[in-house]
Amino acid sequence: MTLLTEKRAPRAHDESRKIRGKVHLREHLMGWLFVGPFGIVFLAFLIAPLGYALYLSLFQKKLIGGTSFVLFDNYVKAFTDPSFLSGAWFVIRFSLVSIPLQIVIALAMALILDAVTTLFARFSRLMIFLPYAIPTVIGAVMWGFLYSKGFGPLTDIFGLFGATAPDFLSSDLIFYGLLNVVTWQWAGYYMIILYAALQGVDPSLYEAARMDGAGRWQVATRIKIPLIAPALILILVFSLIGTLQFFNEPQILRFLAAGTIGSDFTPNMYAYQQAFSLANFNYGSAISFALGGIVFICVYAFLFFTRKRRSFL
Amino acid sequence: MKTKRLLATVALLAAGSGLVACSSDEGGSDASNCTNSITKKELPVVTMWGWYPNTQLVVDNFNKQNNEVQVCWTNVGQGSDEYDKFQTAISAGTGAPDVIMVEADRIPTFQIQGALVDIKKYGFDAVKANYSDGAWKDVSVGDAVYGVPVDGGPAAMIYRKDIFDKYKITPPKTWAEYEQAAQKVKDAGGPLFGDFGANVSALTMALQIQKGATPFTYDPAQPKSIGVKLNDQASKDVLDYWGGLVKKGLVGTQDQFTPEYISGVINGNYATYISAAWAPGYLTGAGVGKGQDTGKFAVAPLPQWDEANPVQVNWGGSAFSVTKQAKKPELAAKVAYGLYADKESLTDGWTNQIIFPLNLTALKDPAFIDLKVAFFDGQQANKEVYVPAADAYKGVSYAPFGQYYLDAMTKQISEVSKGSVTGSQAADRLQEDVAKYAKEQGFTVQ
Repeated sequence: MTLLTEKRAPRAHDESRKIRGKVHLREHLMGWLFVGPFGIVFLAFLIAPLGYALYLSLFQKKLIGGTSFVLFDNYVKAFTDPSFLSGAWFVIRFSLVSIPLQIVIALAMALILDAVTTLFARFSRLMIFLPYAIPTVIGAVMWGFLYSKGFGPLTDIFGLFGATAPDFLSSDLIFYGLLNVVTWQWAGYYMIILYAALQGVDPSLYEAARMDGAGRWQVATRIKIPLIAPALILILVFSLIGTLQFFNEPQILRFLAAGTIGSDFTPNMYAYQQAFSLANFNYGSAISFALGGIVFICVYAFLFFTRKRRSFL
Repeated sequence: MKTKRLLATVALLAAGSGLVACSSDEGGSDASNCTNSITKKELPVVTMWGWYPNTQLVVDNFNKQNNEVQVCWTNVGQGSDEYDKFQTAISAGTGAPDVIMVEADRIPTFQIQGALVDIKKYGFDAVKANYSDGAWKDVSVGDAVYGVPVDGGPAAMIYRKDIFDKYKITPPKTWAEYEQAAQKVKDAGGPLFGDFGANVSALTMALQIQKGATPFTYDPAQPKSIGVKLNDQASKDVLDYWGGLVKKGLVGTQDQFTPEYISGVINGNYATYISAAWAPGYLTGAGVGKGQDTGKFAVAPLPQWDEANPVQVNWGGSAFSVTKQAKKPELAAKVAYGLYADKESLTDGWTNQIIFPLNLTALKDPAFIDLKVAFFDGQQANKEVYVPAADAYKGVSYAPFGQYYLDAMTKQISEVSKGSVTGSQAADRLQEDVAKYAKEQGFTVQ
């Protein structure tokens, strides 16, 4: 087609190309103009700070001797630093336990709420979602008080059975204490995402399945779950990234249990301590990037192993 | 098409101007958002951060009496909270106040970063005689003076009279007696005798110094070299002693200044509280000594290792420093010298036990010395305990990386309390950790 046109009317084509070129240019300009506001904000508030942090992480600042360029020394230090490694190990362990737990709870609740359509179900849906509407800081403070031995309810409840209440802020149980806070806060949110995905499934599929003799359980496991797999993977990625960057809850509970939750409890907290209380922005940036690397590897590995099931990214 | 383009341009401009609006904000220390209200608006203003419970009154007193400069005060948090913000402002090069309240042990940390101003040339001679030489020593680095002392923290043993009476014990004079008394109370089914809080590592440091430890030796004339001795026998002994008390179930391991701890103090869960002279003011502020526990507290001198050679130590104590970011250091120095130095403010401070004053006009004031302290049910706490302790205090050399050291110590105290290491092992680990950090920071460690 192109060849033909060229042969027949080369001059006319040149003209139309010019015109088309002008239109193209104009459309290009308009496109850039529309992307512009977002682009500027994106560059100014995401790319530029990231670039600056990367730049900072290549230097080393000493109290004696000042700042010097050290290339990747900070990264070498981070990956041999027991504080960083133990923090990273903690968030990885925490992810391995908390994410499956939250997903199972969210999925179970979404399936139940999807199957039951009473007023009570709608009320429950709201109640289950409510913790997510509470800011994480407030949630952490609240749980901090609930865990309190002095005036929390646990002492009274366990006292009824003549037992001593577990101290969820002690170093032995802090893992479970935090697990509970995180699950309480996020399971409802994941439930809503899964519930919304379930609402998008064509009901005729259920009917067809029932005609083929599938029971409720079979409909759930054979039809519903496979169909919402993309949503499941989405929330898995969300929760993986969120948990590896664990910061708010332990940072707040630290005010109640500084001995249990050290300043290097999670990599993000360690980066915060280095940057803002020890004035070592360089090493803090390096830790942030090192953590970013770990998050990237974990998410990439996860997406690689689930590549057949996902329909996004 | 044209209108669309116009709209897009407008949107772009709007976004752009939003950015400009953001970047023209100068940050935390401008004089427009003071906690106090300034009445003499025509005078120049000096910004100040501080967290004394009665700062409002102190600032108002200063502003009322001064016709040269006014103070704009912000409370940005207590202790570490404030230091973190100050540290960030130092790194940023902007955002710090002109005058800042700091504890004496942090002065070297900020001084080594060049964040504080030597105020010796701004009227030091006029106020020199108002403080003891020891008080000036704690806020000086070498010959340079980096702060105006406000309060000290002579340590002592606060105890519950009702618990001591019930279990028929008298205030222990030595640490050996302290343990025996603790055992006696425990055997009789009584409450915990004290608390070994991981978050009050500065107190543990003071208790180690009492036994004869010298954690840091630092001579500002040779700023590259520092002596770090955190695992000598005295340091180990003190950690072993407290680790032992925890293991035997004689003391708690609760973090202090938390609601949990305060409620424990009110409930009488702890028979003693090893703390400084400023503690009653903070406890009262948190609600202690007001309800069921009114008049149940008393204070005794800090138990000793060797009764024949008593050693007194200090926990906390603070000063006003002038920061390098102060635009008019001379004016800022006037504030640092004058704030909390008038009789009215000092009297309010010591009557409420918010400060143990270092200003000699208060310290030598018979009214202060003979004060019957309400919190201690009328006991003459200053005369009996705190003033002798303060007089015997000899001063300490602090580290220029205090924050790191205290954080590392918190971690080790927590390990000792958990029982995963002994006190001696914790001291060795701490030494290794802090010495490594000092080397990383470019010091030669001795």
